[in-house]
Amino acid sequence: MLFRTAGVPPAHDHERARRPRSAAMSAWDRFTETFFNGKVMLKYLPDILSGVVVTIELALLIVVSGLLAGLVLALLRSLAVRPINWLIIFVVDLFRSLPPLVIIVLIYFGGPAADISPSGFVSTWLSLALVLMAFSEEIFWAGITSVHKGQWEAARSTGLSFGQALLAVVLPQALRLTVPPLTNRTIAITKGTALGTVVAVTEILGEASSAMSNSYNPSPLMMGAAAYLVLFLPVVVAARWIETRFAWKR
Amino acid sequence: MADYIVDARAIHKHFGALHVLKGVDLSVAERELVFVIGPSGSGKSTLLRCLNRLEEPSSGSVVVDGIDMLDPRTDINHARQRIGMVFQSFNLYPHMTALGNVTLALRKVAGKSRAEADALGRAALERVGLADRANHTPGQLSGGQQQRVAIARSIALEPRVMLFDEPTSALDPELVGSVLEVMRSLRESGMTMIVVSHEMGFARNAADRVVFMDDGLIVEQGPPAAIFESPTQDRTRAFIGQIQRH
Ligand SMILES: Nc1ncnc2c1ncn2[C@@H]1O[C@H](COP(=O)(O)OP(=O)(O)O)[C@@H](O)[C@H]1O
Ligand SMILES: [Mg+2]
Repeated sequence: MLFRTAGVPPAHDHERARRPRSAAMSAWDRFTETFFNGKVMLKYLPDILSGVVVTIELALLIVVSGLLAGLVLALLRSLAVRPINWLIIFVVDLFRSLPPLVIIVLIYFGGPAADISPSGFVSTWLSLALVLMAFSEEIFWAGITSVHKGQWEAARSTGLSFGQALLAVVLPQALRLTVPPLTNRTIAITKGTALGTVVAVTEILGEASSAMSNSYNPSPLMMGAAAYLVLFLPVVVAARWIETRFAWKR
Repeated sequence: MADYIVDARAIHKHFGALHVLKGVDLSVAERELVFVIGPSGSGKSTLLRCLNRLEEPSSGSVVVDGIDMLDPRTDINHARQRIGMVFQSFNLYPHMTALGNVTLALRKVAGKSRAEADALGRAALERVGLADRANHTPGQLSGGQQQRVAIARSIALEPRVMLFDEPTSALDPELVGSVLEVMRSLRESGMTMIVVSHEMGFARNAADRVVFMDDGLIVEQGPPAAIFESPTQDRTRAFIGQIQRH
């Protein structure tokens, strides 16, 4: 037991006994055979790729609808109508405090009780979009309020309406300030697409874990990890670029 | 009443429990330059802001160029085009060029095409001596240049009245002159102006009338020489003495 390399299944123990002189080498072989098994990988590659497609679809839907809804709520909030704002703040605080997984499960299993049966895909989309809406509303709102009051006054004093001042003068400045926190939050929430496995969404992690249990081999999980890296690393790098690009120059 | 282009009567303004304007009357004739002076917190900015309804007076009446500014049926955005306003902190839009700043309202409110707006905008920048800075952003301009762009932004709309709220207070001393120069040329072109400022030299040789405010009321007003040399009220005397010692 003491000599066993961590992570190597016990079934391989007798092999190791037969080839004692190349122990180090064969430990490496067994490591790659376990985690990067070519045959398994080839077999399940199509599944993982279809998972990638589902993840991309899900992520795009979440980002577009979540950010759009968040922006609309922030713009509504700037109208400063008390009852509307209380409602917005309540909704935003609700979805910021509930764990995304809980929302997904509530929608998926609670939907039928309300006579709608959302698919796992729809449940995951809706849940994460609502969470992104809540967080992005707060970020957009913080951006709008951080624009100096004098900007409103200058715009209004030249005859721009409230809406024109908001859209042409205040919002462009607010958006610049919101880009860094917004990209970070968007990436964090979009990675939550992996939670879709719980409600049988066949995204990357779902495909990878079912391939893993069918093949009794963790290689598909490694492919899944690689797929996430390929998908999100460019986004993270792009976010870094956007952050420097949008840094406030006065 | 038709003699006055700005006619404000019995203006009161409360901010919660704070009574900031306590019944101010201010009537300004066409082509007149009225200087408003007074201690900090006396309500000068609030009074200016009541004239274009950036601030809603608690009571009173404001008529500008024949338009009842406080009538809810008045198209306030249209009316505001006739009243230019220049702020202490310039308030240029930092994400636009100088020309963009000047043309925004021309396009959005006055309904000019981009070409028309650009032509009018360039002419306005020319008037403040910044034709060559049209494509600079505010961040690339000095304070004095920024304030002149802000003036251009207002005059491009061809207002009937210009309100200035301490236009040179945020400027380094060496940049004050260029802004005052532009204001002087505006005055010579016949613009009606209400100026809150402590630039006494400018007041002396450009103002028709100086209004001294204290504690939400107009205490005394008259020609610059009278107010500066022989004020009749103690409070005016004390204030003039204070700023002249500086
Ligand atoms: N939006 C506001 N809310 C509350 N108090 C205000 C507001 N604007 C101005 N005040 C108060 O009104 C008084 C007059 O202010 P202001 O008109 O700016 O004076 P001045 O321009 O003469 O220095 C001050 O006491 C100021 O604190
Ligand atoms: Mg003031």
